[in-house]
Amino acid sequence: MWRRLSERLSVPGMLWLSVFAFTWILSAYSRDISRALDAKWIIKYPPAWRLSLKNDISSAMQWLIEDASFGLFSFTDMTRGIAWAIDQPYNLALAVLSTGFVEGLGQEAVEVLPAISWVAVVFLVVAMGQYTKDWGLAALVGCAFIYLAVFGQWDSAMITLASILIAVPFGVLGGLLLGIAAYKWRWVDKLLRPILDLMQTIPIFAYLVPILFMFGFGPVSALIATIIYAMPPMVRVTALALQSVPSETVEFGRMAGCTPRQMLWKILVPSSRSALMVGVNQVIMLSLNMVIIASMIGAGGLGYDVLASLRRLDIGAGLEAGVAIVVLAIALDRLSQAFAERRVDLMRSNRNRHLLLRYPRTILFVLVGAASLLGGYLFPILQSYPESLQFTTGVFWEDLVRDININFFDQLEALKTFLLTGFLLPVKRFLIGIPWPWGLVVISFIGWRLGGWRLALMALALSGFIVANGLWIKAMTTVYLCGVSVVIATLIGVPVGVFSALNSKADRIVSVIIDTLQTLPSFVYLIPVVMLFRVGDFSAMIAVVLYALAPAVRYAAHGVKSIDPQLIEAGIASGCKPLQLLWRIRLPLALPEIMLGLNQTIMLALSMLVITALVGTRDLGQEVYIALTKADTGRGLVAGFAIAFIAIIADRFIATGAERLRERFGLVKQEN
Amino acid sequence: MEIPVKLSCQHVWKLFGDGAEAFLSANDNVPSLQEIKDAGLIGAVRDANIEVREGEIFVIMGLSGSGKSTLVRCLSRLIEPTEGELLLEGNDLRKASSQEMIEIRRHKMGMVFQHFALLPHLTVLENVAFPLDVQGMDRSAREIKAREVIDLVGLNGREDYYPRELSGGQQQRVGIARSLAVEPDIWFLDEPFSALDPLIRREMQDEFMRLQAMLHKTIVFITHDFDEAIRLADRIAIMKDGAIIQIATPEQLVLNPATEYVEEFTQHIPRAKVLTVRSVMAVERIEEGERIDADARIESIAKKVVDSGRSLPVVDKNNEVIGSIDREAIINVLVGGELSACGVG
Ligand SMILES: Nc1ncnc2c1ncn2[C@@H]1O[C@H](COP(=O)(O)OP(=O)(O)OP(=O)(O)O)[C@@H](O)[C@H]1O
Ligand SMILES: [Mg+2]
Repeated sequence: MWRRLSERLSVPGMLWLSVFAFTWILSAYSRDISRALDAKWIIKYPPAWRLSLKNDISSAMQWLIEDASFGLFSFTDMTRGIAWAIDQPYNLALAVLSTGFVEGLGQEAVEVLPAISWVAVVFLVVAMGQYTKDWGLAALVGCAFIYLAVFGQWDSAMITLASILIAVPFGVLGGLLLGIAAYKWRWVDKLLRPILDLMQTIPIFAYLVPILFMFGFGPVSALIATIIYAMPPMVRVTALALQSVPSETVEFGRMAGCTPRQMLWKILVPSSRSALMVGVNQVIMLSLNMVIIASMIGAGGLGYDVLASLRRLDIGAGLEAGVAIVVLAIALDRLSQAFAERRVDLMRSNRNRHLLLRYPRTILFVLVGAASLLGGYLFPILQSYPESLQFTTGVFWEDLVRDININFFDQLEALKTFLLTGFLLPVKRFLIGIPWPWGLVVISFIGWRLGGWRLALMALALSGFIVANGLWIKAMTTVYLCGVSVVIATLIGVPVGVFSALNSKADRIVSVIIDTLQTLPSFVYLIPVVMLFRVGDFSAMIAVVLYALAPAVRYAAHGVKSIDPQLIEAGIASGCKPLQLLWRIRLPLALPEIMLGLNQTIMLALSMLVITALVGTRDLGQEVYIALTKADTGRGLVAGFAIAFIAIIADRFIATGAERLRERFGLVKQEN
Repeated sequence: MEIPVKLSCQHVWKLFGDGAEAFLSANDNVPSLQEIKDAGLIGAVRDANIEVREGEIFVIMGLSGSGKSTLVRCLSRLIEPTEGELLLEGNDLRKASSQEMIEIRRHKMGMVFQHFALLPHLTVLENVAFPLDVQGMDRSAREIKAREVIDLVGLNGREDYYPRELSGGQQQRVGIARSLAVEPDIWFLDEPFSALDPLIRREMQDEFMRLQAMLHKTIVFITHDFDEAIRLADRIAIMKDGAIIQIATPEQLVLNPATEYVEEFTQHIPRAKVLTVRSVMAVERIEEGERIDADARIESIAKKVVDSGRSLPVVDKNNEVIGSIDREAIINVLVGGELSACGVG
């Protein structure tokens, strides 16, 4: 038996197997070994050897806020200035959409002008839908906003909308300017590139901490975090869009005698308008993604509702607010997409009409707004949607969950126990048991085998950082949670992807489901999962799997679809049965693509892990989360970097692995 | 009576790659093609000398990658030459500051591009008015001017269309109108018709000739199509591997190709399209019969002469008889007989 096995395995296979076996033994007996050698440091990195990076960062922040000064003004003046600049438009938007304009404070406050009525807002979005595309879109966004009113989410939704309305222009403008700078000056580009890459892998929470520290708890901090989070894709999109303006167009601009400024604003930016609008859409979607997270540092609105009900474990309310975020996201997404794709030539006929006819929607909107404002004093229903006509589905969801819990308790519990004891816990024990010195050796070894000594050194340095900051155990917990989730997501996602690549009907259904999964804000996954499985690793894993499933499916489907049909025909011609075709030809050839999907799955899983800290995991995410609640900048950043480094190591390993597979199959490298 | 030179370039080099300038001066400004390649550089333009005279159509012709686009961009300093001198109306163009270049381009140069380079977000009218807008002309004035040139290229009625709603030929008409809106002295056209279908291309060439008959611009026209070159050119410069091999009238190119490379180009060209009456007429002067213009191409008068069945007098610009032409000479050209035998030059 053993001989047959070893005959079938190649030499590298044997090598990896023995490394794994050795690691397993070390892991299982690490305690005994350390006791026998009387070397506790083997399993626990001694606190005395730790870097004091955490404290250094924290005291640097302290210094920034208390003492730093740029001559004319201090650092605190600067943060106050920024806060003020953001606060003003935000208060205006909030007054228009939600609170109304009031004079005086507290009890004496007198409403000067009420907020814009729900009727007018619905009319506005309908008009925008019709303007940017057609009546279909108008109906969709109209229904979405009416939904918000009917299901009692209006007030919160308007607060959220106000913050989106402020965050998006700041994000777009900032991204645009940075992108332009990167286009114009090579050194800016060189500087920005690694920062943007890092920002994509650092969990958002990590930079919530310094923001919280500098700007305090409140909507301004939340807005700043949202802007920083949503800006990077705009920077990339802008730089790319400007670079892809045809060289002849640029030459034309120079021949027409454009000054550099005219070149930028009259030629480059407008002719890449549609590409830039894709960036705007990204900024909107990312801002909405941030809604719940931002509420941790002071944003109100729907995000706060979700977070609060999650903490109360009030599933119904949480789900309702979560769905409201999704509804808002869909409406804004479709609207901004339609705006990006809108063809200007459709409106040509307008140009020569009378002023009143030229802007029918704007004028109608002003009329409706004024009418509902005046009418609102007589008939309050015009101003705000009456509570008596609101529905709530909260009770329904709660009952549903209770029913499921009562009727299927045993089955759910059995599933949970089975997976926990059979899979999750053994993996966890194995990974956590690995003594850190050996862990470093193995990581460097893998790096060396895959990509030579450079990759080995990089992996060693990054994992060394984690160890040196005393985060080894927590990092391994992260790797474990991420690992099991990715394995399960792959086990589900790849077959589904392959199946949908081979069956066009399934493909259509699957892509609708995947699209929906991807538009949901990550928090929404937590609510039903926690309801059914309560807090803990298992719930976290399910939520991560749901969130990270999409790329596994997508890449597998794409990989199988893009196999050269001639190879399939060759397989059929040489007499392969369908199943052989799948195992011998389709899967191996799609493997590099599937690995890229795996890469994406890991990235998403890592970013979701931080969020699952809310349901009581004990990994790096929890570390970041605790730092947030304590406003401990150093701790949060260091843990954030640790997560980013895990992501970078995984990314480099898988990318070089996929590259080697490609070379082995002689496939050309594709841009992804 | 020499026609004044409008634009000239002397010993212009353009090498792409790092350290091109140092390399060039290290080689006393005369590296060979092989030396350039060995240094890892690309010799896009090598030692080009041309003089474009006022009011002429100067065609630069060569195969793909021969450096035509690079040369024409050097002439307008869209690409900075690695070495060499540029003179516009006798002034050193390479000494002009970037501010001065903006002024020169705004008022003296116009350019038409192979892929039209229209701005997708502007209408036809706005595209054509764009160069004037950049100069700061106010809206009503620039729209009047733009409508004028739109009329000129036959696009009236399409002012409010967007580029993507037009056919290729129409788009290039917009490109032409736009380059004419500033009334440039020098007109650069970089393969303006190469992206068009053959039929449309022909129509656009006619259109181009019609415009030039009205406007008398100084033109630098790029093409890789020899047929197009001989149809339009007063003079042709043939480029190969970045160097100019020969500059001559179409006729001279056919009669006296400088190298085998040029000869290969000219071989497949029907002589009647290129040769003028002057080059095949007999010196014997006769008076009777319909008078034939000495500068007309054989193609255009062949039928007349053959139909008449006799010798016809040939006259110069001043309508003075300078020779005669008969059926035999024409048929000789048409069937590709010996040229040099009857050529007078
Ligand atoms: N920016 C550049 N960098 C490097 N090499 C270039 C650059 N631009 C042009 N070249 C090279 O210079 C040579 C001449 O190019 P150019 O575009 O002038 O040719 P062309 O005659 O216009 O050809 P085509 O008919 O294809 O337009 C080519 O070998 C080209 O690859
Ligand atoms: Mg070219």
